[in-house]
Amino acid sequence: MSDIPNFRRSGIITVDELKKLGLVPPEERLAKGPVAIAECPEEIPCNICVDACPLKAIHMNSINDIPRIDWGKCIGCGICVSKCPGLAIFVVDMSKPNKAYVTLPHEFLPVPRVGDEVMLLSRSGEDLGRGKVVRVWEHNRTWVVTVEVPKNLAMEVRAIWVRR
Amino acid sequence: MLSKPISDRRIWEHPILTFKRGRKVKFYFNGIEVEAYEGESIAAALYALGINVFSRSIKLGRPRGAFCMIGKCSSCFMKVNGIPNVRTCIEPVKDGLRVEVQDGLAEIPSDRELFATEDEEIIDDVDVLIIGGGPAGLAAAITVAKYGLNTVLVNEHFKLGGQLVKQTHKFFGSKELFGGLRGFQVAEELSRKLVSFSNVKILLQTVAYGIFRYGWVGLANKNKLYRVKPRYIVIATGASERYLAFPGNDLPGVMGAGGAQTLMNEYGILPGEKALVVGSGNVGVIVSYQLLQAGVKVEAILEILPHIGGWFVHAAKVRRYGIPILTSHTLKAVWGHDRVEGATIVKVDEKFKPIPGSERDVECDSVLLAIGLTPDTRLFAQAGAIMKWVPELGGLVPIRTPYLETSIEKVYVAGDSSGIEEATTAIIEGEIAGLDIVVRELNNVEARERRDKLYEFLWNEYRQSPLLQRSRMGKLKVTVSYEEMIKLRKKFPSPISLSS
Repeated sequence: MSDIPNFRRSGIITVDELKKLGLVPPEERLAKGPVAIAECPEEIPCNICVDACPLKAIHMNSINDIPRIDWGKCIGCGICVSKCPGLAIFVVDMSKPNKAYVTLPHEFLPVPRVGDEVMLLSRSGEDLGRGKVVRVWEHNRTWVVTVEVPKNLAMEVRAIWVRR
Repeated sequence: MLSKPISDRRIWEHPILTFKRGRKVKFYFNGIEVEAYEGESIAAALYALGINVFSRSIKLGRPRGAFCMIGKCSSCFMKVNGIPNVRTCIEPVKDGLRVEVQDGLAEIPSDRELFATEDEEIIDDVDVLIIGGGPAGLAAAITVAKYGLNTVLVNEHFKLGGQLVKQTHKFFGSKELFGGLRGFQVAEELSRKLVSFSNVKILLQTVAYGIFRYGWVGLANKNKLYRVKPRYIVIATGASERYLAFPGNDLPGVMGAGGAQTLMNEYGILPGEKALVVGSGNVGVIVSYQLLQAGVKVEAILEILPHIGGWFVHAAKVRRYGIPILTSHTLKAVWGHDRVEGATIVKVDEKFKPIPGSERDVECDSVLLAIGLTPDTRLFAQAGAIMKWVPELGGLVPIRTPYLETSIEKVYVAGDSSGIEEATTAIIEGEIAGLDIVVRELNNVEARERRDKLYEFLWNEYRQSPLLQRSRMGKLKVTVSYEEMIKLRKKFPSPISLSS
């Protein structure tokens, strides 16, 4: 049982675990502008993101590889966020001085609108405060929502909740 | 018992689905006129009205409600127009139907007119008979129809698509294999393709009740019997949800997680308001996420193992919204009067023994079981195919060649009835079985290449995922070489031959 990673016991992956798997871009890249992060640590037979990326920045050798994003090519457009069947890809933008921006998939009603103050949630569903929605678009009923968050929460906010 | 509808459990707003409800239909429940929408099953329509009890058990008169919602479990048996034991979950509502709660053991009606059917129709010019209209059956049917073979597809439900129709999440896989599409969209695409062929006859609400000497297959629906003599058969009958033993497990509100999914995603009806999900495999976590999308509060997901059964990304989706996954936990009991009102959960030790004193009560109106599926292989067993018990595949499944032919020559298996995997492999298996028939029948080169390529992809790429090793090992255990199959057939001759 000891070879079972912790995220399989909790359903929550830590930033350290993501870093160990090589899934987090280096600080310098994060500081430059929006970039995609695939929180996809298991070898699922799936390569939807590879086909989805318009910049051909996501690589896999076999369908069972975990996605490797070329952060030099990635511009953080968020198309992979809208298409990943596991809703496991996020775009993080830490290039602005006071705020960070997290782009995440959202599939609940009501649909958030630009300007809405929404609840920010962590990977464990913890309430991390409020954040403003700055962009919303949709693909096949997955809404891709960009929220403004405090800079220290850029790697923590992974969902939002919109109150009715 | 009921003077007017207690409630309307229908969902009117949903982030993913648009429920296209038909015109209003009026029927009678225990003599009282009630309303439903065309396209709903009787059980779904009654459930929407707030009715939980569909029948009373034979000996103790205990209440019985819906469980599987797909015509497999017999928990929703009711009397319809005087006929008892009607599976109301797969019987569509119609104006004027008289539906009654079935109390105890049903009597066979003396009125023979109720059972009158038209003459039996003989269909003997069929190349391929496909039994089951889910992902595997649809893929097989499309494949053989494309090459011009005369095809008949029988489907128990009044809709095609099997369990794809209730899958609202996007499928993994690759673009070529419908990856990225939501399950119900895959069902729409496959069904649309199939109905475009003029050489396919589709029989809905029809059951294949047996395969007999010389390969005659008996089909039956409410009005008619058919006797079909196909040259090949593909059996793709799917699977049914497993039950769990605990006090109160027969209370209405204890439902298969897939049953709840049928209610909310196929019919747009809330299965409850507060749910407790048992099992954290992919079905458990996916259904929990979908419950949340429909507006149901998920109190917790219980998992008896010390780790989550499903794939991490699916688990992460529910954890982000605060749904707890309680590992090393199980159900102790469920209680309520005519409907679940709560459950007692308990921690277990490393030997899965309940730890005394760790019990906790959870208030909920639904307990949804997501503890695995059992292949529906009754037709294979009836026909005398060589079977093997394979726990990794969910139970008893037929031995097959690499291209999915069973020990009964020209009878193929595909999809969950060949051993539990998931929809993508079901589609691939259906196509491989179909292609093999085309190769044998037409000696088509293109079909042979495609078959070999798909086979290679299935075993040497797709199933190589570490997450699929358990089912891959299971499938290896029941796949034998063509030569080995010839030996097995000599040793255990099949009682049925399609060639004669």
